[in-house]
Amino acid sequence: MDTLLDVRDLHVEFRTRDGVAKAVNGVNYSVNAGETLAVLGESGSGKSVTAQAVMGILDSPPGHITRGRIFFQGADLLSLHREARRQLRGARMAMIFQDALSALNPVLSVGAQLGEMFVVHRGLSRRDARARAVELMDRVRIPAAKERVGDYPHQFSGGMRQRIMIAMAMALEPDLIIADEPTTALDVTVQAQVMELLAELQREMHMGLILITHDLGVVADVADKIAVMYAGRIVETAPVHEIYKAPAHPYTKGLLDSIPRLDQKGQELYAIKGLPPSLLRIPPGCAFNPRCPMAQEVCRTDEPPLYEVAPHRASACHFWKETLDG
Amino acid sequence: MPEQLEQPNGRTSADAVGNAGAGGAMEFAATEAASIGQATAPSARARSLWSDAWHDLRRNPIFIVSALLILFLVLIAIWPQLIASGNPLACDINKSQLGPAPGHPFGFDTQGCDVYTRTVYGARASVTVGVCATAGAALLGSILGGFAGFFGGWWDALLSRVSDIFFGIPIILGGLVFLSVVTNTTVWPVVGFIVLLGWPQIARIARGAVITAKQNDYVQAARALGAGPARMLLRHIAPNAIAPVIVVATIALGTYISLEATLSFLGVGLKPPTVSWGIDISSASTQIRDAPHMLLWPAAALSVTVLAFIMLGDAVRDALDPKLR
Repeated sequence: MDTLLDVRDLHVEFRTRDGVAKAVNGVNYSVNAGETLAVLGESGSGKSVTAQAVMGILDSPPGHITRGRIFFQGADLLSLHREARRQLRGARMAMIFQDALSALNPVLSVGAQLGEMFVVHRGLSRRDARARAVELMDRVRIPAAKERVGDYPHQFSGGMRQRIMIAMAMALEPDLIIADEPTTALDVTVQAQVMELLAELQREMHMGLILITHDLGVVADVADKIAVMYAGRIVETAPVHEIYKAPAHPYTKGLLDSIPRLDQKGQELYAIKGLPPSLLRIPPGCAFNPRCPMAQEVCRTDEPPLYEVAPHRASACHFWKETLDG
Repeated sequence: MPEQLEQPNGRTSADAVGNAGAGGAMEFAATEAASIGQATAPSARARSLWSDAWHDLRRNPIFIVSALLILFLVLIAIWPQLIASGNPLACDINKSQLGPAPGHPFGFDTQGCDVYTRTVYGARASVTVGVCATAGAALLGSILGGFAGFFGGWWDALLSRVSDIFFGIPIILGGLVFLSVVTNTTVWPVVGFIVLLGWPQIARIARGAVITAKQNDYVQAARALGAGPARMLLRHIAPNAIAPVIVVATIALGTYISLEATLSFLGVGLKPPTVSWGIDISSASTQIRDAPHMLLWPAAALSVTVLAFIMLGDAVRDALDPKLR
């Protein structure tokens, strides 16, 4: 399989008035064509910032990429000219946002916004673009697409809006889609439909998909591999099924134990103790050590490298063997 | 599951796509218009901020009254002959300061000119100055302020300081200094002066509105889907930032008209033979005890005009501010 996206040793920091927030500290991941990578982590773990850096929409200032490289289909994105990167966005790589209501322009009809993709990248006339917009809305199964193409975003339900967002991202059949918590703002029943649609379109178009989420339930069904992020680092990567069977990092284990299960009805829910560290003051050693039940002296002094646990599996824990064995 | 209720139509509309591609724009628009009622409940027809605002405005008596007044003013500014047959510059000194007479309902001024005719003809100067100065200030202010808000950085800092400097100039003093050296008797030096001192107010509003609109997710989304800066600014930010600019500009129009009258009253605004309410008020003010009618009519016309524009601005603000709904 050919590697579509390869992020190497990415560092991103935000220079704020309160100091330098190290949002991403040496992230490595890769996505192949037709593959789904789930990036998992709490708020502030750097998963969205990494995605923004890949897309090239990091707010700068205050955001700065201080180290690392991002290869997309072999080309180094960070050395590309601004205009060349802009042309990649939307056409070859696209992004789906969490809240479709705020990610769609309230004063433009959905048809105009969908059609804009073709106007910007393909130079189509407004009329042709509108016809393509109807096709797209049909493709994401919006009922009565032809009648609704002139409607405004607030006239659609949450699920329908997210479908329109997906249609926009898929419009030009990009090679890579980054979906930033695409179902978080939706009802549980609608979540499954939207995820299914996304997975189906991905299979059809053989796209690479980066699914950013904090919902482990969503991941199990659609992802091929998982990268777990904590405090701007990847702490564990693994093929999806292995991670559920036996996590190799205490943080992953904590996340999995936090999922409510039917056979534990009536018992107190498990929660990882403490809070994620402030990105302005990441603890020395392993960033997870203040919350880790297995923390030893070495965890407070030495930052663990990513140990190769098994083929295609890595864990940034000094005690990955003990964690794996449970 | 609300989504499933909407599903059954999904298949049939696939066939309809072919027609849309083949049909002309007319047919497309027609089918679209016809389908609005059928796709959703009649009450939930396609509505944007603008159609919503228009919907509100049409039912607002303040808007109707002020709009009719302004329409009337604009009409007589363009064609004063419609309601005044005389010549505002044809005066008969023998009739100096005389009261109302047949055919001259407002009486005569010191020079013996017909006050009614002069009041009607005065609308042209006021409306021209008001509209042109507002258009100029709004255009200049929103372009400069919009760029400052969008690009930020040194451009923003520079522009904010320059507008601070203009804010610091007292407008009457500035008018006395700048306009007293101008010998041109047309309205354009006055328009230019008002634009020069008026744009920073609009620029501040536009800058703030653009900064607010820029932070919206849909601007970020447009960027993520490949929109360039020009498209982001014109298509995604500007339409969402223009409402406050329109509101401030409409209210400013009224104040610009009174500013023109003030400058003309002080003798540095419009100059004879231009007919202006400010000039007439100025020359009548010394005779107020002998011939109050000379002051009354141009002053009333000025007040009504300014009031009409400020009322219009208020109504537009109420309609365009979703928080007041």
